[in-house]
Amino acid sequence: MMMNHVASIGHWGIMNLRQFGKAGILLYQAIVHPPQIRKGSPLVIQQLYAEGVLSLLIIVVSSLFIGMVVALQGYHTLAKFGAAQQLGPLVALSVTRELGPVVTAILFAGRAGSAVTAEIGLMKATEQLSSMEMMAVDPLRRVVSPRFWGGLISLPLLTLIFNAVAVYGAYLIGVKWLALDAGAFWSNMQSSVDFHLDVLNGIIKSMVFGIAVTWIAVYQGYEADPTSAGIANATTRTVVYSSLAVLGLDFVLTTMMIGDW
Amino acid sequence: MHSQRWIESFVGIFLLAAIIALVVLAFKVSGLTTLFPTAGYTVSARFEDIGQLKIRAPIKMSGVMVGEVVGIMLDPVTFKAVVKMHIDAKYNDIPDDSSISILTAGLLGDNYISITPMYSTHYLREGSELQYTHSAMVLEKLIGQFLFKLGKSDDTTKGADNAKKSQ
Repeated sequence: MMMNHVASIGHWGIMNLRQFGKAGILLYQAIVHPPQIRKGSPLVIQQLYAEGVLSLLIIVVSSLFIGMVVALQGYHTLAKFGAAQQLGPLVALSVTRELGPVVTAILFAGRAGSAVTAEIGLMKATEQLSSMEMMAVDPLRRVVSPRFWGGLISLPLLTLIFNAVAVYGAYLIGVKWLALDAGAFWSNMQSSVDFHLDVLNGIIKSMVFGIAVTWIAVYQGYEADPTSAGIANATTRTVVYSSLAVLGLDFVLTTMMIGDW
Repeated sequence: MHSQRWIESFVGIFLLAAIIALVVLAFKVSGLTTLFPTAGYTVSARFEDIGQLKIRAPIKMSGVMVGEVVGIMLDPVTFKAVVKMHIDAKYNDIPDDSSISILTAGLLGDNYISITPMYSTHYLREGSELQYTHSAMVLEKLIGQFLFKLGKSDDTTKGADNAKKSQ
């Protein structure tokens, strides 16, 4: 009786480890078999369109509003200390270091990650993946790898756009509405934001998030139960797991970057 | 499904937008270098103490921004701070005997440079040096002087008390 419980725990552990192993093999194959330049690049460009270009609207609109809200909140807090001049650095640092990479990755997981999972899951459910194998087309190369690389490339680019638009939103609020001095806004920002430490580290973060989010999305689609409920579960899991992975990885990366590892 | 050409052009626009965003972040936000150097001329001034003055601090005349600080270095002989300033080309009639001072925006704000015009008919040109400078007001020094004076006045009053007692 007791042994049965212990065995079920062992079974659960082995199943989870197998999941990680399968996901690791999938990631390895997607990385060592990048799409070929001539045959694969149209597929990657299609994925850049589906995952990057179509996510632009939500990224631009949300970044504009996030920049404006951070500027408004920051102004009212800073004004209490007579430091409203420092609004530019406040917004630029919080956006380039944290908000930009993290919020873009979470929006990307909801907008593009779920779509990738649903698409691959439905391909599996309707046995398109098996028919590709029958035609000697490797579904990893034809389906999984372009989606992985498309997401990996488009997330840092989306983050760059997010950062620039959010700073512009803060400029609109700070300079145009709250009438801060435009020269002080930009000069304080430029003297406290460092290109390597702040901007490039944010982009490195978003590259790591890009790997995590697209990896989870592709794996959940590839291993989804081939039923309607299975695809629904897989899509939900993609969004939940990627959001958690992004927030957890963000903490680890921040400690590494601040601690100068 | 759109045609491949349609998709490729949108991806191209997407890539261009990202590159523009990177350029904006590099030049406008992190101030890697100035993107388009504005036409103007560079003048210099020597200060005893520049306080917290930083590169790119604004230069103002009557509160209007006319240029920015482009360089700060130490004169190796006199140990004074040499501040190089870039002034916009459209302000080309600033008298060369104007006085220049480092002020603070608000009580704890940033330092900026203020030029007070005088009456000379010779104007500042590329490379000219402003002679009449006023250093930054450093709060700690002021407090130090104030405490020093306070201590002294205490001593004198004590001395007076003692003198009274001895009488």
